[in-house]
Amino acid sequence: MSQGKVEAGRPLSPHLQIYRPMLTMMMSIAHRITGASLAIGFCLLAWWLIALAAGPQQFWHAEAFFASIPGRLLLFLFSWALILHMLGGIRHLIWDTGTGLDKKSIEIFAWGTLLGSITLTILLWLVGYCIRGSL
Amino acid sequence: MATPLRNVRGLGAAHRGTETFWRQRLTAIANVPLTLFVVLSIATHIGVGYDEMRLYFSRPVVAIVMLAFVISAAIHMRIGLGEIIEDYVHLNGLKVLSLLLATFFAASLVLACGFAILKIGFGV
Repeated sequence: MSQGKVEAGRPLSPHLQIYRPMLTMMMSIAHRITGASLAIGFCLLAWWLIALAAGPQQFWHAEAFFASIPGRLLLFLFSWALILHMLGGIRHLIWDTGTGLDKKSIEIFAWGTLLGSITLTILLWLVGYCIRGSL
Repeated sequence: MATPLRNVRGLGAAHRGTETFWRQRLTAIANVPLTLFVVLSIATHIGVGYDEMRLYFSRPVVAIVMLAFVISAAIHMRIGLGEIIEDYVHLNGLKVLSLLLATFFAASLVLACGFAILKIGFGV
């Protein structure tokens, strides 16, 4: 493919390193990183479901992990990743219709995805703690 | 005679046209309500204990939505992982191996989660 050309010493076109970091770029990268990390989150869900199916003893072990500080931190980060990826995905679905592609809209979408994901994640955890009634 | 029609009939280099693109959008749309249901189901049942948790997840509607979520999310995940692999893994053998492992990974998650959901659903 293009390997022969690289060996000939021809310059590659400039990539990410020449651009000033911008929010729209960061949100695009975040969409990919959150998507990949959610594959690991999927494994945690699988573990939890298998533990619930296996019996009280196994379920207790899984619950003990998720209730611990590292477990909660992990769940918090995965819930944020999930919400960020979901909002980012909705943004992509809007773009698929051919609307919201102008400079002003993409900036609004980027801020909306970031701030929306933080707000909704905190809200989700507040609701969870309220329902549980204790820490 | 070679016309652009040939490319349309051949559905491009992979002979699959926009199938993957469309499937990623289809599962994305399905994932929105399914994920909301799963996340809220778990969030509202945290700390209720083993028996009550099993009772909730054994309800037919809950089990069916959980199954739909696992299948839709796994397909979505496989396409996404495939996209990342195709972007960054350039050695042909390694790329094919990575794509193969991504498929096995997604299938394993569906089977493991699916089995657990059915086991809970049937109360065994």
